[in-house]
Amino acid sequence: MHTRTAKLALALLGATLLAGPALAQETIKIGVTQPLTGAFAASGNYVAQGARIAETEINAAGGVLGKKIQLVVEDNKSNPTEAVATVEKLIVRDKVPVIMGAWSSTLTLAVMPKLQEYKVPMVVETSSSGKITTSGNPYIFRISPTSEMEAVAFKPLVPKLAIKKADFLNTNNDFGIGSAAEYSKMLKAQGVAVGVMETMDPKATDFSAQLTRIKASGGDTLFVTTAVEQVTLILKQAKELQLNTRIITTGGSNSPDQLIAQAGDAANGSFHTVFFPPWFPEVVTNPEPAKRYMDEWKKRGHEPGGLTEGFRGYDGIYTIVEAIKIAGKAEPAAIKDALWKTKVKGIYGNIAFIKQGPAGSESGQNIPSVYLVKIDGGKVVKSGL
Amino acid sequence: MDQLLQHALNAMILGGTYALLGIGLTLIFGIMRVVNFTHGELYAFGAYMMYMWVMLIGANFVVSIALAVALGVLLGAGIEILLLRRLRGADIDTTMLVMIGAWIAMQNTEQLVWSGVAKSIDSPFPSAPLVMGGVSVSWTRLFVFAVAVMLIAGTWVLIQKTRLGKAMRATFQDREAAALMGVRIDRVHTATFAIGSGLAAAAGALLGPVFVVYPTIGDLASLKAFAIVILGGLGSIPGATIGGFILAFMEELGAGYVSSGYRDAMGFLLIIVILLVKPTGLFARKERIG
Repeated sequence: MHTRTAKLALALLGATLLAGPALAQETIKIGVTQPLTGAFAASGNYVAQGARIAETEINAAGGVLGKKIQLVVEDNKSNPTEAVATVEKLIVRDKVPVIMGAWSSTLTLAVMPKLQEYKVPMVVETSSSGKITTSGNPYIFRISPTSEMEAVAFKPLVPKLAIKKADFLNTNNDFGIGSAAEYSKMLKAQGVAVGVMETMDPKATDFSAQLTRIKASGGDTLFVTTAVEQVTLILKQAKELQLNTRIITTGGSNSPDQLIAQAGDAANGSFHTVFFPPWFPEVVTNPEPAKRYMDEWKKRGHEPGGLTEGFRGYDGIYTIVEAIKIAGKAEPAAIKDALWKTKVKGIYGNIAFIKQGPAGSESGQNIPSVYLVKIDGGKVVKSGL
Repeated sequence: MDQLLQHALNAMILGGTYALLGIGLTLIFGIMRVVNFTHGELYAFGAYMMYMWVMLIGANFVVSIALAVALGVLLGAGIEILLLRRLRGADIDTTMLVMIGAWIAMQNTEQLVWSGVAKSIDSPFPSAPLVMGGVSVSWTRLFVFAVAVMLIAGTWVLIQKTRLGKAMRATFQDREAAALMGVRIDRVHTATFAIGSGLAAAAGALLGPVFVVYPTIGDLASLKAFAIVILGGLGSIPGATIGGFILAFMEELGAGYVSSGYRDAMGFLLIIVILLVKPTGLFARKERIG
C-alpha cells in the first residue's frame, strides 16, 4: 500500500516536473510598462485596460503561433527611474521578447538605452516627442504620431480658424516642450505671430500667473499641451480670469469627455486634437476594430472618458502580435525585423512603419490620423474643419 | 497695471492656502520634532472626503468641509497613537523612515480606493467670476481665502489663549519640565498631530473644489508646505503664515515677469538666499511657537 502511494506520488511529481516547462512555453509573454500610479495614473491605466482587451480577443481567436499570449504589466509609477527598472525586470526576469510602453515621452526616453543594451524592441503607443524616433535607436517602433506630424496635420486649419496671434502653455517636459516647439514653428511659417510661451510643472495645479500673462499678451488662440488633469484646471482657471481666447489642446491625451464632466461650462468652445474620435467612430479608417474595442470597453464597465486613451494599448498589442506572427518565433531580433514588415488595420489607422532618424540605426514611425474636435454645449462635436 | 493688480490678487489668494498648509506642518515639527511626510496625504485625504460628502452623499457644502476636517483630525490622531507614540524617543531617522512609509502607503491606498482618474467637486458658488475693473477672481477662491484666514486666526487663538495651547507651548519649550509640571505629554502630542492633520485636511477640503482631486495632489502640497516652513523658521506659526504669503508672491511675480518655467524655482531660490542670511529661517529665533 505504502509503496503504491509512494509510486503514485513519484509519478505525479515526475509529471509535474515535465509539464512545468511545457506549460510555461504555451504562452508568449509580452512586456508592458505603463504609469499605473503617480501623476499619469489615469491615462496609464486606460492604456493597460485597452491592452488587456486586445489580449483577451487575441487569445479567444487562438493566440499566435499556436500559443496564447500573456501580458506582463509593470507599473513605472510615472517616474523615469522606475520606468528603467521595469524594463530591466521585464527583460531579465520575465524574459519578454518585446515590450510596449512607456506612455509619457520622458518615460520612453528614459528606457530607450536599456532597449539598446538588451537588444529588445519596444512599441511606443503614446509618446509624441520627436526625439524618440530621431535619436538613432533602432529598437523603437512608434505607432502614435509625433508632435511634428500633429502640427503638419493642423496646418490647413490655421487659415480656417483665422489664427493671427498664438500663445502657448505647456507642461515642462519632453512632451510639452516638443509640442510647443513644433506647433510654433509651423505657425510662424504660416505667418502667425507667436506671443508668450509659458510652461508649468507637470504636477502644478495653479496657473493663475501664467494665464494672467497670457491674457496680457492678447493672442486670439492659446495652444495647451499637457495631460487631461491639467487641461481641466486650465479651462476652469482661464474662465475665472476671464481669458476669452480660443483654447486648443494638443497631444491627444486630453479626454474631452472627462473635460466636459469636470470643467463643465468652462470646456465649451475649446478645441482638442485627438487620434481616435469615439463620438463618431464612422470617420476612422478602420471602423470595424474601433467598434469591437468600444463595445468591449463598455461591456467591461471602463470609464467612457478613457476611450481616447485605451485604444493606444489595444493597437499596440495587435501590432506586437502581428509582428510575432510574421517573425514566426517569439525572439527579440526576429520580432524587431518583423516589425518593419508589420501592417495592422488598427484604430490609429493602417499601421505600418517608415524609417526615421540617422541612417543605419533608424527607428520605426507610423503615420496615424489626427482629428480636431470641439466641445460645444457640453457635447463633443466635429470641429467642422 | 491691471496685470500687476491681477498678479497681486492671485498671490494673496494663493498665499492664504499656502499659509494654511504651512502652519499645520510647522506646529507638528515645532512641538513633536517629527518631520511629517504624511502632511500632503492628509491634504489629499481632506479633498477626497470632501468629494465623498459633496458628490457621493450629497451633503451641504459647508457641512462637508467641517466633516472632512473632523475626519482629518481623527485620522491624524490615529496616526499619532498607532505609529508615532511607539516611536517616542527613537532617533529622527527612524521616525522619518516610518513617516515616508506611511506617506507611500496612504497615497497608494487613495489610488486603490478612488482610482487614478481625477475627481471634481461641484462648488455652490456662481461659476462666473467677480470682476472688479480689469481684475477678476472666482467666488470659490474668495471663500477659500476667507475660511483659510479664519482657520489661521483660530489656530493662533488656540495656542495663545487656551489651556491646551499653554500645554503645547510648555511641551515645546521643555518636554521633561512640562511633564514634571503635570502636562500629559502623550495627550499634547496626539492633540498637536490631530490639529496639524486637521489643518492639512482643511486645506484639501477647501482646495478640492477649486482644483481637481487625484491621488498625487498631496506631493506638491507637501513640497510647498516644507518650503514655507523652512522659509518661516521651523516651529513658528507667524513664520509659516508670512512664509506662505512670501512664497505665493515670489512664485506669482516670478512667473509673471521673469519666466514661468522657473515658477517653482523662484520660491526655492528665495529660501536659499534667506537661509544664507538667516540660517534658522525668518522668525525662528524671536519666538518659536505661537
